[in-house]
Amino acid sequence: MSALSTPRKWEQYFWPLLACALFLALWHYAVLWSGTRIFPSPREVERGMVELIHQHVLWGDIADSLRRVAIGFGAAVLLGVPIGLTLGWYPAADQVVNPTMQLLRPISPIAWIPVSIILFGVGDDAAIFLIFLGAYFPIVVACINGVSNVPAMYRRAGRNFGLTPAQLLRRVIFPAALPQILIGLRIALGIAWLVVVAAEMIAVDSGLGYLIIDSRNSGKRYDLVVAAMLLIGVIGLILDLAFRRLERIKSVRWGFRNAS
Amino acid sequence: MPYTMSFTEDTTPTTTATKLSVDHVNMTFTRDGKATPVLEDINLEVREGEFICLLGPSGCGKSTLLNTMAGFLQPTSGAIRIDGEPVTGPDARRIFVFQERGVFPWLTVEGNIGFGLSKLPREERARRIAHYIRMVGLEGFEQSYPNELSGGMKQRLEVARALAVNPDMLFLDEPFGALDSITRLVMRGELLRIWEAERKTIIFVTHDIDEAVQLADRVVVLNSRPASIQQIVEIDIPHPRSLSDPRYLELRDGIFQQIGLAHKV
Repeated sequence: MSALSTPRKWEQYFWPLLACALFLALWHYAVLWSGTRIFPSPREVERGMVELIHQHVLWGDIADSLRRVAIGFGAAVLLGVPIGLTLGWYPAADQVVNPTMQLLRPISPIAWIPVSIILFGVGDDAAIFLIFLGAYFPIVVACINGVSNVPAMYRRAGRNFGLTPAQLLRRVIFPAALPQILIGLRIALGIAWLVVVAAEMIAVDSGLGYLIIDSRNSGKRYDLVVAAMLLIGVIGLILDLAFRRLERIKSVRWGFRNAS
Repeated sequence: MPYTMSFTEDTTPTTTATKLSVDHVNMTFTRDGKATPVLEDINLEVREGEFICLLGPSGCGKSTLLNTMAGFLQPTSGAIRIDGEPVTGPDARRIFVFQERGVFPWLTVEGNIGFGLSKLPREERARRIAHYIRMVGLEGFEQSYPNELSGGMKQRLEVARALAVNPDMLFLDEPFGALDSITRLVMRGELLRIWEAERKTIIFVTHDIDEAVQLADRVVVLNSRPASIQQIVEIDIPHPRSLSDPRYLELRDGIFQQIGLAHKV
């Protein structure tokens, strides 16, 4: 593409905003023409959003959701990264564990809800456990792949300079695998944010997931339901954008497609 | 012995010490129960400070030979000795230089050159890094990452990383193969300049006849699969070598014929 065909500054914002406006218009008129009394229009959702913001529970709910994600995701990182690196480093161990892991991996964290409640009772721990499960497997798999995809040349160069296996892991294998590990962490964070909403609908009585189910149960406030949904979308987007900033750190930037 | 071509198997004079000796080395790869001989009875003596080119067509096994010399592969039979000691594995005294892809992309130019120097005190480390950055002409790029450098700069960086640990041998595996022909010519000059300054023993693998004749003290011409030594050609032209020198052309043409290539395109 020539420089001439790159979009101008105003176009970069104009078309996405137009798409957003069209979506809102479609929504507005769909509500209007169908004559539904249950599903809220964008205006009603906006009023719901303002109402939520004025009620102080909203900030508590957001903080609770973020706290659960932080703990569950953090635990998955602390456990998953060392385990994944080890399995990638010892392919023999990976071959032993891998079939079991592949069997557990496709099970949705939602399916674990009853087990989680048996293990931890109804409460925070059950929700955090579900988030942990959702984040754990993508992290482990990314670490295994990251380590086994390190070019043999880098390992050889490291050995040539007389590194011990521990030094090789720290100074060559880990930094070489880091871009792939970061991609895995980003996917895991996205999943954690999906799971927290589901977990909060069942196991606890706070958080954005609880806000949705509570708004429906206490008086069918669908304007609040949709407002909470939009908030979940916005916060998820912010988390993802924040995480992507890590990809710009120079020592990992080489591993991403847009590296210059 | 000016203007005669030497086809002797071994031209080691007794004046300088033998650095590397390859003694009846055979190598067989076994895959799916099928044995493929790759190296066949290789015998070679390399003197201290000598520049040797291993020359042969792609896939002939010359890289395998280089890898066994560097200790990354064990020969099926025969022995490789460096300074009289059998080679049992890679060693920081002998650095292998890959094509420029061997530099670590997560480290800066400084980080790469200092990679093998972590045991040194901070000041000595900084001094050596600065010295080799100057030597390979990467001043001003100390904080750059490899993906911000050109292919030729990456190649110089890898050579600098190897030299920084002060090895006594360098193994270079088609180091300039990925560069364009102009950069390649410049890099040959740079390598010779560094070699003349540091006098390391260099084993250089190439499939480029001109490159071999321009660089080496002796060119080891290998047969294809299994690789065996066809001849060893002594290049008795002092550096800098003129590419239109009749002796240069004579030696080059001799190797062309030896390999069995028609000399016309």
